[in-house]
Amino acid sequence: MSEVKTKLTAEDLGVKKVHLESGIEVDPIYTADDVADSSIKHEMPGEYPFTRGIHNTMYRKRPFTIRQYAGFASPEETNERFQFLIANGQSGLNVAFDLPTQCGLDSDDPRALGEVGRVGMTVDTLDDFEIAFKNIDLDKITVSMTINGTAIIAIAMYIAMAEKEGYDISSLRGTAQNDILKEFIGRGTWIFPVDKSVKLVVDTIEYCAQNVPKYSPVSVCGYHIRESGANPIQEMAYAFCIAKAYTDGALSRGIDIDDFASRLSFNFDIYGNLFEQIAKFRGGRRLWAKIIKEDYGAKNDKSCWLRMIAGGGGGGLTKEQPENNIIRSAYYALISALSGTQTMALCSYDEAYTIPTEHSAEISLRTMQILIYEMGICDTVDPLGGSYYVESLTDRFEKEVREEMKTVDKWGGIVNAVTTGKIQESVSKQAYEREMGLQTGKVEKVGVNIFTRAEKDKEVEFHPYNQEAAAKQIEKLKKIKASRNNELVELKLKAIREDALQDNNLMPSIIDAVKQYATMGEIVQVMKDVYGEFEEPIFF
Amino acid sequence: MKVLLSKPGLDGHDVGVKVLAHGLIDAGFEVVYTGLRKSIEDIVRMAVENKVDTIGLSILSGTHLVLAERLKEVMAENNLEIPWFVGGNVPAQDVEKLEAIGADKAFATSTKVVEVVAYFNEINIKV
Repeated sequence: MSEVKTKLTAEDLGVKKVHLESGIEVDPIYTADDVADSSIKHEMPGEYPFTRGIHNTMYRKRPFTIRQYAGFASPEETNERFQFLIANGQSGLNVAFDLPTQCGLDSDDPRALGEVGRVGMTVDTLDDFEIAFKNIDLDKITVSMTINGTAIIAIAMYIAMAEKEGYDISSLRGTAQNDILKEFIGRGTWIFPVDKSVKLVVDTIEYCAQNVPKYSPVSVCGYHIRESGANPIQEMAYAFCIAKAYTDGALSRGIDIDDFASRLSFNFDIYGNLFEQIAKFRGGRRLWAKIIKEDYGAKNDKSCWLRMIAGGGGGGLTKEQPENNIIRSAYYALISALSGTQTMALCSYDEAYTIPTEHSAEISLRTMQILIYEMGICDTVDPLGGSYYVESLTDRFEKEVREEMKTVDKWGGIVNAVTTGKIQESVSKQAYEREMGLQTGKVEKVGVNIFTRAEKDKEVEFHPYNQEAAAKQIEKLKKIKASRNNELVELKLKAIREDALQDNNLMPSIIDAVKQYATMGEIVQVMKDVYGEFEEPIFF
Repeated sequence: MKVLLSKPGLDGHDVGVKVLAHGLIDAGFEVVYTGLRKSIEDIVRMAVENKVDTIGLSILSGTHLVLAERLKEVMAENNLEIPWFVGGNVPAQDVEKLEAIGADKAFATSTKVVEVVAYFNEINIKV
């Protein structure tokens, strides 16, 4: 953009220079000149390229979906929490799984010791799904599953359960996180080598496009990449590179872009500068639409939608003065709504150090409800549209994210950048710089390095670990293994092995196997035998 | 002094441990990092192979007490007598418990990098 004479700089006004976390310098004043060349003047919400939102009615027609992350030890307890959340007005569920389930280990595996049911629900077999979703109407409540390394098995179990319960799977809705590429960058629940991991994601996309077309098999996560140290530009850029990798995989199977692109969804992080985040979402939404239409030739407008869950991130919350996190989260919720999110979740105020209590989870829920019912956030679509500052920054983000995607191309593409650890190395360095900024006071954080209080924060309530539940789960697994048709299970596992060896889509054989109560661990072991395991490049 | 930083168990949160690795290197220490999801046996083996002076466990899933007990056992089985420490998401009330198990030091959640570095400068004289 050319510099105009009327432009007042920080120097002109005698104020300090300000840079956003992503490095963009912010002017003290924006004017019509800043958006003179912007395409926004001709854009409407609900119209390509969707900068202003993917629908023209947005929250006026239906508020964003509230979908808090929850999952407790046993499937029984999880079912209880789900019933509580539904009774309190939550319209979608987001299931947390324990680490053994996420890593493909059964409850009785020695490596699962101390972890069974600790950070989420345990799943050994289909039976656990049947218990967790008992008396929940899957036509009314949409279920999102936060699972990646073993997502193909969890999706298979969800479909198998729905079929057994008599639902028509051709209209079954729901979302799986199933974004394995970001697991290599942050979060870490990878299992198989990178190429095989991507193959499994593409298997789920292909299967769902053909059989469960309303299901969203992948939610591409910038969230965890940002939490690992990426700045907001990189968060968007890496997420788009990942989404493109899955898209390329699906296209290579002969699926039409318009048969699956509309089912891709995204998960982004919110913390930090308010306007930077809003510009990130608006600019990102425009860029993604252009990528899908211009680069991939999609004909259907829906394919171009950047559908997202944008939620308050744990990265912004602090252990110090934890009550401040309630306020931070309320701002994050506001940012999310002003950015036109489809779904919202907030980390609860105690989530910087424990699994949220029922009380803190309720505060998060109420925070979002206050925004919807008291603040008028639903009245008008894209209320910040036309703001000189927001539009100027939105345009800048579109440009910068596109540039950052080229950096990944220079690293040989996202699969290569992740396999070699290039991205991990780069975000980890930034995480260190950010942390040192916080610790030295260069990055200001209320209650942490400014406005601190001398007296100790009161000890918080911790989510207890239920040892008994773990023992019960192992007992239940034993019983299932004794009562199922083990010969049939062996046959089904063999079929998975054959499909893996022949590079077939594994979804059909995994669905068959889980219906016979083959365990998560058994299926993963077969896949490990054929695919091997990822060897982590050691970078920091 | 050579420090082994490790990620035992299944927890995949590695931002903190990598931040610490950078901090220790900047402070002049040598760091070996195990990578994610190592068994305690793997960690002890790596400690012996790399002839490190101390072992750090980084745990954010809440499994720290179970894993600390296990480390103590496996170190004893291998006659490895070096100081070890725990960090990650450690509630203040578990610090004493971890030190009672045998940790030379346990760092509660939100401990600053400089505080950990100060501890290392201290044990650097001891080892």
